[in-house]
Amino acid sequence: MKRRNLLKGIGLGSLSLVGLNVPAKAAELLYPAPTPTPEVEKKDPVFEQFGRTEYEKVRDAKIFAEQFFTKHEMQTITVLVDIIIPKDTHSGSASEAGVPAFIEFMAKDRPEEFQTPLRGGLSWLDNQAKRRFEKTFIEISDAQRIEIVEDIAYPNRKKPGMSQGVVFFNLMRNLTASGFWTSKIGIQDLGYQGNVPNQWDGPPEDVLKQYGLG
Amino acid sequence: MSDFQIKTTPTVYDVIIVGSGAGGGMAAYELTKAGAKVCLLEAGQHFDPADPKYITQMKWPYQSPRRGASTRYRPFGDFDAAYGGWDIEGEPYTTKDDTKFRWFRSRMLGGRTNHWGRISLRFGPQDFKRKSIDGLGEDWPISYQDVAPFYDEVDRLIGVFGTNENLPNDPDSIFLPPPKPRLHEMMLQKNNKKLGITTIPSRLSILTKAINNDRGACFYCSQCNRACIAYADFSSSSCLCKPAMKTNNVDVVYFAMAREVLTDAKTGLATGISYVDTLTMEEKTVKGKIVVLAASACESARLLLNSKSARFPEGLANSSGVVGKYLHDSTGASRGGIVPMLFDRKRYNEDGTGGLHVYSPWWLDNKKLDFPRGYHIEYWGGMDMPAYGFGWGIEEENGLFPGRDGQPKEAGGYGAGLKDDYRRFYGAYIGMAGRGEAVAREDNYCEIDPEKVDKFGIPVLRFHYKWSDYERLQAKHMHDTFEQIMHEMGAVPLGKKPTAEQDYGLNLPGEIIHEVGTIRMGDDPKRSALNKWQQAHDVKNLFVVDAAPFVSQGDKNCTWTILALSMRASRHIVEERKAGKL
Repeated sequence: MKRRNLLKGIGLGSLSLVGLNVPAKAAELLYPAPTPTPEVEKKDPVFEQFGRTEYEKVRDAKIFAEQFFTKHEMQTITVLVDIIIPKDTHSGSASEAGVPAFIEFMAKDRPEEFQTPLRGGLSWLDNQAKRRFEKTFIEISDAQRIEIVEDIAYPNRKKPGMSQGVVFFNLMRNLTASGFWTSKIGIQDLGYQGNVPNQWDGPPEDVLKQYGLG
Repeated sequence: MSDFQIKTTPTVYDVIIVGSGAGGGMAAYELTKAGAKVCLLEAGQHFDPADPKYITQMKWPYQSPRRGASTRYRPFGDFDAAYGGWDIEGEPYTTKDDTKFRWFRSRMLGGRTNHWGRISLRFGPQDFKRKSIDGLGEDWPISYQDVAPFYDEVDRLIGVFGTNENLPNDPDSIFLPPPKPRLHEMMLQKNNKKLGITTIPSRLSILTKAINNDRGACFYCSQCNRACIAYADFSSSSCLCKPAMKTNNVDVVYFAMAREVLTDAKTGLATGISYVDTLTMEEKTVKGKIVVLAASACESARLLLNSKSARFPEGLANSSGVVGKYLHDSTGASRGGIVPMLFDRKRYNEDGTGGLHVYSPWWLDNKKLDFPRGYHIEYWGGMDMPAYGFGWGIEEENGLFPGRDGQPKEAGGYGAGLKDDYRRFYGAYIGMAGRGEAVAREDNYCEIDPEKVDKFGIPVLRFHYKWSDYERLQAKHMHDTFEQIMHEMGAVPLGKKPTAEQDYGLNLPGEIIHEVGTIRMGDDPKRSALNKWQQAHDVKNLFVVDAAPFVSQGDKNCTWTILALSMRASRHIVEERKAGKL
């Protein structure tokens, strides 16, 4: 959106902007130009542009500089998140939306909450794969992976020996959903229409009719 | 950052104000306008929501690497405007006797007004006279009529939307037009009417129309907690401190952590403030003829209790011994649910203003209930911007409803079917939160911890706070009501209703961030620290204008009353000074 349109949306003409003593740049920054950097790129400069305090900048830079998951673990995460949220007719997959990098970040951002459950869960998964098929999870076939996933993706089945796997899969499902639906791809798929200056005038007429509130 | 930093203070200011939140900002605004030379001490940094370096408004979740998740520094999410939190490095607080108390602090110009929900409710006539009604607690030394003219002025000065409903204890006001309700809010209004639960447009300090040339109108992004680039919502920094600074009558000192109120040993009058420059750790003092405390209910009590001298051995303004006591926060309990009727709903921009467009003020008579004080209900829901936590716990939800094909669905899952569930459920969630009045008790208090100091060497607060059955039974009633509302509208409540052993889901004290009562006002100097003008009984040039002087909380949020009372106290200071009495 052009700055002028934006200001129109806010309800401020250029005159009142002067009165406000708002640097024009401030208004422009409302809408940074879309950054072409792919979301999977870890050091996306777009992360710098959202009002960080100095101590937050330092902390986030430190997190970005570290690597928690091994290459093997990242590969396993990538396979797993795409089983949870695959590409379909509406949108791309979780890995296309940058979910593995998001999970890597969260593991470092909240080490107490995530590091052991995730690392341990991935190891649990490989152990299952080795027991059943004598290979790691990423080395077995799609059908073999699904065989394991079926045993841990449905909490109410309560299959003996699978309870820890169920808890791990719940965590992976939740992190994947958070990462996917907050990505550009996910937001577009979901159809969220907001985060733009506008004039709210209640729900549209056809919606009111649909729910008998017209 | 520290634009107005002063090194030493040869000046003797007319007034020193400690804290720049709602109370301090209003005092600075009123006193500078009256021509007083003011020094405003702020423990944190400068903040201006229109300055690019602070802006988090209109950012997308993917601009945060944690997708808006909370951190220690931003407990209400990565985009929230408040700097500080529950756990500030080097600034601990302690508890005793198994107390669980949580203390939220903001270290920035405008303080906690940069974070809050902008819910701007006047106290009603009954809220000032609760003891006369139910025999509990204490009446205020003032009545609604004393405050009403100042509420009117605050309405005009700052702006609040809402509707005049002619309710007995939720006064009509000078309202801007309210935004229309969102879809789920219309459903709630229709539904609650059947249940006799009053559900009316909310009352928020957000400009649905511009009221002056300094502030723009709301552009409906729903992000008030990120602070507004157009200054269309109320924060003390944007709406009070900024105009005060324009008078050139105020020196704002940032990074100034107050240690002690200084007094003259002979006269017993306040002479200034000793503070620590948090950047250099230097000890500094600033001198003034009048001292106004507005550091927050608990920080102001801490400051007085730490200001001990031979003349004031129990701390300043504390001959009554009440300072720190009668601490109370609003009660809180909440429940979420799913409205199946809203599955697969049509998409449109439903952001609206920040927060709720409708709420339920207290609608019942406590004489007919087993708890003494009321609560209001805040609602949430709608097609809001996805953030960290989106879809979290779907394995508890998607097995409760048939799929698109009408067949039962198994909870949890993965793949395209799961992906579709998230789409279906989007915008079908509602939530409700009760915010009620607790009864102020002498044995709920903060005091100085005899052993611990913060990183500045200032003794820290220790909290002792227990809920009583008054609050527990109120929370039980909240939860019964939430289920009643959801059942009536065909919604499915999520999770389990909390039990008696869980205190009926009551939030921990402090968590609602409405702490009040620690330096209460009253006519009797033996039972109160301040007179009805919020002036210390013991020290006539010392005033307190945050929520510490509150005698009781009301089933309302406290900010609008802080503002009205600070305006009232500030006008009194000006009058007394003109009359030569100060």
